[in-house]
Amino acid sequence: MAAGRHSRLSEWFNRRGWSDIIISAPYIWLLLFFLLPFLIVIVIAMSVATRTPSAPPFGYGGDNPVLNFAGYARFFEDELYLRALVTSIINAFVAMILCLLIGYPMALGLTRMQSNWRNILLMLIILPFWTSFLLRVYAWMGMMGKSSWFNRLLTDIWNMVTPEGWAVSSIPMMHSNFAVVLVMVYTYLPFMILPLYANLERLDPTLDEAAMDLGTRPFGVFWDVTLPQSIPGIIAGGLLVFIPASGELVIPTLVGDAGSPMIGRVISDEFSSSRDWPMASSIAVALLLLMVVPTMIYSHFQTKAEHKPENRP
Amino acid sequence: MRRRPIFLISVLCFGFAFFYIPILSMIVYSFNGSRLATVWGGFSTKWYVSLFSNRQVGAALLLSLKIALISATMATILGTMAGIALARFRRFKGRLFFSGMVTAPLIMPDVITGISSLMLFILMAEWIGWPATRGFTTITLAHITFSMVYVTTIVQSRLISAERDIEEAAMDLGSKPWQVLWDITLPVIFPAILSGWLLAFTISLDEVVITSFTTGPGNTTLPLLIWSKVKLGVTPDINALATIIVLVVGIGVVIAGWLMNRAEKQRDRDARLAYRANE
Amino acid sequence: MQDPFVRIEGVSKLFGAFQAVRDVNLTVGKGEIFALLGGSGCGKTTLLRMLAGFEEPSAGRIFLDGQDMTGVPPWERPVHMMFQSYALFPHMSVEKNVAYGLKHERMTKAEREERVRAMLDLVQLTQFAHRKPHQISGGQRQRVALARALARQPKLLLLDEPLAALDKKLREQTQFELMSIQERTGVTFIVVTHDQEEAMTLADRIAVMDKGQVRQSGTPTDIYEYPNSRFVAGFIGSITSFDGRVTAVEGEVSRVDVPGLGTEIVARSVAGAASGQAVTVALRPEKVTLTRDRLEGPNAIAGEIKDIAYFGKDSLYRVTLPSGQLIAVHGVNAKRAEAGRPDWHDKVWLSFDPAAAILLTE
Repeated sequence: MAAGRHSRLSEWFNRRGWSDIIISAPYIWLLLFFLLPFLIVIVIAMSVATRTPSAPPFGYGGDNPVLNFAGYARFFEDELYLRALVTSIINAFVAMILCLLIGYPMALGLTRMQSNWRNILLMLIILPFWTSFLLRVYAWMGMMGKSSWFNRLLTDIWNMVTPEGWAVSSIPMMHSNFAVVLVMVYTYLPFMILPLYANLERLDPTLDEAAMDLGTRPFGVFWDVTLPQSIPGIIAGGLLVFIPASGELVIPTLVGDAGSPMIGRVISDEFSSSRDWPMASSIAVALLLLMVVPTMIYSHFQTKAEHKPENRP
Repeated sequence: MRRRPIFLISVLCFGFAFFYIPILSMIVYSFNGSRLATVWGGFSTKWYVSLFSNRQVGAALLLSLKIALISATMATILGTMAGIALARFRRFKGRLFFSGMVTAPLIMPDVITGISSLMLFILMAEWIGWPATRGFTTITLAHITFSMVYVTTIVQSRLISAERDIEEAAMDLGSKPWQVLWDITLPVIFPAILSGWLLAFTISLDEVVITSFTTGPGNTTLPLLIWSKVKLGVTPDINALATIIVLVVGIGVVIAGWLMNRAEKQRDRDARLAYRANE
Repeated sequence: MQDPFVRIEGVSKLFGAFQAVRDVNLTVGKGEIFALLGGSGCGKTTLLRMLAGFEEPSAGRIFLDGQDMTGVPPWERPVHMMFQSYALFPHMSVEKNVAYGLKHERMTKAEREERVRAMLDLVQLTQFAHRKPHQISGGQRQRVALARALARQPKLLLLDEPLAALDKKLREQTQFELMSIQERTGVTFIVVTHDQEEAMTLADRIAVMDKGQVRQSGTPTDIYEYPNSRFVAGFIGSITSFDGRVTAVEGEVSRVDVPGLGTEIVARSVAGAASGQAVTVALRPEKVTLTRDRLEGPNAIAGEIKDIAYFGKDSLYRVTLPSGQLIAVHGVNAKRAEAGRPDWHDKVWLSFDPAAAILLTE
């Protein structure tokens, strides 16, 4: 019955001319400003790079071959691109794991708080969201610099606990993959905490009590009861970190190692510095293909979660 | 009986220290008298003075606000339409395709969106001559496109959870569908539309990658200005700017929290009123 | 019976492959309270929604006051509905809710205000006119929904589980309020409910639905005393049923042989009962008399008391029959307990009038 319940309603909505406007305005907009540029990327990826100073630097059709896979071929031949892809995956993956390790106990801790405290802390987690992303990255640039108080503090600690021969004048943090991962964890941690919290908050606390009542110790309760139920939250949070992190441009540009760049930076450099549109487009398509897999996992779990009746509020 | 979760509390403390120490450090160093951004040279407000006398910053802020206002408003209109279309119209041609197009920009990396938009604008200029130059128009068009899908997501989920009974009730009482939309649906989902607008506004105000690709000469938004300075390294006046932004956002969030708290108290009062009305 | 005011002719509704309503034929008289009774998923709500115009029948037609309603959209039907959730507009005051439908009527502002006042008066909510729906109680919300649906003076009012959201005490009181409002306004009511007591109290006539079909329709007495099937007999009130075979039809009565019972049952004949036919005999607990000694008469069965549920004014006995079957018997506790009331494991006799036994050929 539920399937057709509102069919009549939508039938009338559909019959009217005004509903065409409601559908077609955003539809046409997205076709024009989202799909069309995307198709252009795919087409240009198969064109030939040209060096005409005024016109767009690619040739397509005419004397050029219609399908040109030189861009893709170079992607697999030139080690730089594959290495950049691997670096991106590793950085994003490590950032995701670290976010999970820090974010899970934080989310679990939040659910154990009294509700007035909980609201304040949640607000404090969301607050950095509303400040500038760029400035959050910048804040760490200030912390990691060689002469900053934070670096000197870490250096002093290092020199204190390690043998004398290992002493350093400062810790080289900036312009490394370490810095990239650190800043990614910093900026994306809320993406991990919020879905996890939403998931953990919904769990029935009497299940914990039941497990304890049956003789399980607290850590066992976590392992047997809490963790298995929070897997949807872990997957959601993990992908919400992994997907944007793997295509990141700002963080690797500001704090990353120019010697082993991430894929986003490579695309941007190919496009802006080398003005090689076909190459940049080929890498872009490759990056998108890489993202299809986690996205499909995500939407698979989303639909599964939506169809589970007990998840409805 | 519940033991205090010491481990969880210590991770929470660590997490919040991790969140806020870099921001606090940035605020403290904005009052640094030294030219070297990371070495303390006594208390001074000179970076604020130099920030306020910098006309570039003012112009960039103005441009950012203008783009954010226009793009958030347009994105809200288009995004709400798309949300209504997806939540209320069960069958129309290309519905599945449409819903795919609405989700895809959410996961599209900024670099790719930026590059593809730029290619489109360059080719559009070649083919139809509009937009002739890149700048305000192209940035706004790009911002509308990526922020409208956030509005759609919010509006759509609100509409799906909204009781459709009240729409049918209005129709039953003699209103045609468009009247129902106007009298009932839109007023009821208004809070969701408003939060969609706010989200679109803030992401437009914050956006840097797509903006950097779609901008043209002489059109520097505030994030672009910060971007160009920060790429060169740590500079003290950015600390001052960051402090002001954190302050403004902080005050905004506190006010929003206060308003929400007040609304909650009002709900409690209403519930008591309803309870008393029983007698 | 009055002229049919609502006529439902061969109406079916398919949702994909699922047949929610199949070939329903019903008539409702003007000014009647008619109840559609059935369990969840029986198609009663779908039928109601087709009357309101939210769904179009896949087959068949609905006439209202002689007019074919096919293709008439809900906003043009003189039919209003009270939703199970009440569906009050959350952003409008009680007064605005009631006035909402009137904006489509040709009437002056003064007339409109007068109508709203009269409606709020009718449901006794005048003092809450300016409150929002979330500021009033559940019972009051129900009355707002009623006033809103009645404000445009519909020809037909549809009520979807009107009392389901109220607590038990309020439900009884509201039942009588609904009836008195119906009497005063004279509007025809069609009520959907899953609660048989509610249907019996409220309705002039009832249609019992199951799996999209109307199993029986008639007055509450018809349905309770003369159910036409085991389903209807069991759905309304409780029964004990015996499967058997007709051995002889002797004018007014039929003799039924029930294997293992030790005696035959004599029941009033029904049309279609013939010798040799397999039938079911249904007995209602209050129609059986329980005694220590055998009473004179055609139907007397021996048994042993297995269970007694004592309710104070009456008791429910569960008695094991020779066949091993259990039968429920009602006993009024007219006297105090001391003397002679049957106890656990007592051997007793059960007897009933042939007219009290319901013979079901289905």
